[in-house]
Amino acid sequence: MAKLNINIGNLEFKNPVMTASGTFGYGVEFADFIDLNRLGGFIVKGTTLHHREGNPYPRMAEVPMGMLNAVGLQNKGIDYFIDNIYPQLKGYDSNVIINVSGSTIEDYVATAEKCNELDKIPAIELNISCPNVKEGGMAFGTSCQSAEAVVSAVRKAYNKTLIVKLSPNVSDIASIAKAAEFAGADSVSLINTLLGMAVNAETQKPLLSTITGGMSGAAVKPIALRMVWQVYNAVKIPIVGLGGIMNATDAIEFLLCGATAVQLGTANFIDPQITVKVVDGINEYLDRHGYKDVNEIIGALKINN
Amino acid sequence: MKKTILNLRVVSKEYPGSNYVLLKLTTIDDSPLPIMQPGQFAELKVENSPNTFLRRPISINFVDLEKNQVWFLIQMIGDGTRKLGDLIEGDLLNVILPLGNKFTTDLKPGSKVLLVGGGVGTAPMLYLGAVLKQNSINVSFLLGARDKEALLQLDIFAKYGDLYTTTEDGSHGEKGYVVDHSILNKEEFDFIYTCGPKPMMMAISKYADQKNIECEVSLENKMACGFGVCLCCVENTKEGHKCVCSEGPVFNLKKLLWQN
Ligand SMILES: Cc1cc2nc3c(=O)[nH]c(=O)nc-3n(C[C@H](O)[C@H](O)[C@H](O)COP(=O)(O)OP(=O)(O)OC[C@H]3O[C@@H](n4cnc5c(N)ncnc54)[C@H](O)[C@@H]3O)c2cc1C
Ligand SMILES: Cc1cc2nc3c(=O)[nH]c(=O)nc-3n(C[C@H](O)[C@H](O)[C@H](O)COP(=O)(O)O)c2cc1C
Ligand code: FES
Repeated sequence: MAKLNINIGNLEFKNPVMTASGTFGYGVEFADFIDLNRLGGFIVKGTTLHHREGNPYPRMAEVPMGMLNAVGLQNKGIDYFIDNIYPQLKGYDSNVIINVSGSTIEDYVATAEKCNELDKIPAIELNISCPNVKEGGMAFGTSCQSAEAVVSAVRKAYNKTLIVKLSPNVSDIASIAKAAEFAGADSVSLINTLLGMAVNAETQKPLLSTITGGMSGAAVKPIALRMVWQVYNAVKIPIVGLGGIMNATDAIEFLLCGATAVQLGTANFIDPQITVKVVDGINEYLDRHGYKDVNEIIGALKINN
Repeated sequence: MKKTILNLRVVSKEYPGSNYVLLKLTTIDDSPLPIMQPGQFAELKVENSPNTFLRRPISINFVDLEKNQVWFLIQMIGDGTRKLGDLIEGDLLNVILPLGNKFTTDLKPGSKVLLVGGGVGTAPMLYLGAVLKQNSINVSFLLGARDKEALLQLDIFAKYGDLYTTTEDGSHGEKGYVVDHSILNKEEFDFIYTCGPKPMMMAISKYADQKNIECEVSLENKMACGFGVCLCCVENTKEGHKCVCSEGPVFNLKKLLWQN
């Protein structure tokens, strides 16, 4: 049994496996399937200052080895979370992280301030990369200036661990990561979904109400790995890698490319027990290769031979 | 109701219609199946189908408590359902169940109810009819399909209530759509349940609404997870977006925003 603990900023995780926002509900929905205490952390669904109804149906289209979604941050707002969900999550022995989304810098800051007051929430993940909302969302994550502006503003309002979630829908993700690091992020997570589209040739209509949507699942892994590797070579802060991880081997590939931790998203829909299987699989890999500590394989990709 | 992930074994496979399979499954260790209610569904894992990334939602067609079997009636319309149709006796199928809410079954004994199903939407109506009959409720089934080959499981339906049918080509029962069946003008019902193509359910809902009859509809919105975490399957209701997989699939007509 190798040591699986990792650190992001000052925050310790019992293992590098977390869940991706929007794919794990509030976590409690998985209590029938897994022991949530076995997760390094779980990131609850995208939360905004005010209630959001999200986009109209249809919101989902399956594509080869993946899916598109156009949920559009449906959630009941941070106050509802604090009053109704937070009490249910307080007792878990895992890092519960809120994915904070917004349309304006003021919204992000106001939501982050409220999160700062929650004792049992040790970190937030700032979502500056949602492709499914009209204003804000991804717009903040697609230029260095706006990324820096929103991260700096939230950094002032939030004094616990701040993870910034990056959009892959940019020409140079490393420069956005550097802007987030410069603005005070403790970590960056990547990738959010890739902007995509699906069409029904027979009806000649788009399959999503929003026409375009965010792609996730196995098919996006090569792009996500490439981006993690590029960001790893550009920043010093730890990276949380995600995008298309379906099993422990996929997760290990992200660690080798420089991710300190990983998140599982769409894979939870197909196997709701996948997270704990990945924890076990990483452990088995480390034992089999004679490693004593998971940190030994982070960024250990061999490129010169 | 606790949701479980389990491997079930195919005990038998039947072909009730040209493009349909009926799979009867049981547990691999003879442990009792989880308790399932009419209206609930399962998410089936499709193996070896490169174009099938997600699980497939399929209704509980019937639960045979004596034999410890659950039945799935599957219409083969795409790669995923065709792969499910390739399963043979002895094969294992990974399922998550039971999912979703359920139809109302605790009506006053002696109530008169109509269960309307179209196409593969007849699937959940069988188990519903069986449970209602057990609760001493007077069940009538009104089932519609394109032609008589597509009217499925009629023998078994007949065990649990009066059976009325329509076909578009007139090859079985009355010619036309279910909503045109003469039974709707002849009899009075206390409660209507419906599942099938949306235009059919809308027409039946309109009838129920006009006659002021309680009506529950079962929706089949596209799903990614099936257990309430992705928010992909929402139906817009009078109370906002509701997840069909976890807050449905059964909705009281009064909650929906359908144009009546
Ligand atoms: C709660 C629920 C219960 C269901 N119960 C049953 C059942 O008991 N028996 C059964 O045969 N089917 C049932 N279905 C429908 C079944 O899930 C789909 O037919 C199946 O997912 C299609 O998979 P596929 O890979 O074969 O086809 P795909 O290749 O995915 O699709 C083939 C075609 O069917 C359409 N389609 C797929 N899913 C749906 C959907 N949910 N609604 C409308 N159109 C769709 C696609 O747009 C496409 O045109 C149910 C669906 C839901 C949501
Ligand atoms: C249905 C759905 C909803 C999502 N909602 C959010 C969200 O609210 N906030 C966010 O930062 N990312 C959201 N995501 C993106 C995921 O967290 C993740 O970045 C992406 O799906 C890639 O990982 P995967 O391939 O493992 O799913 C969502 C993804 C899906 C599929
Ligand atoms: S299908 Fe995921 S919430 Fe309903």
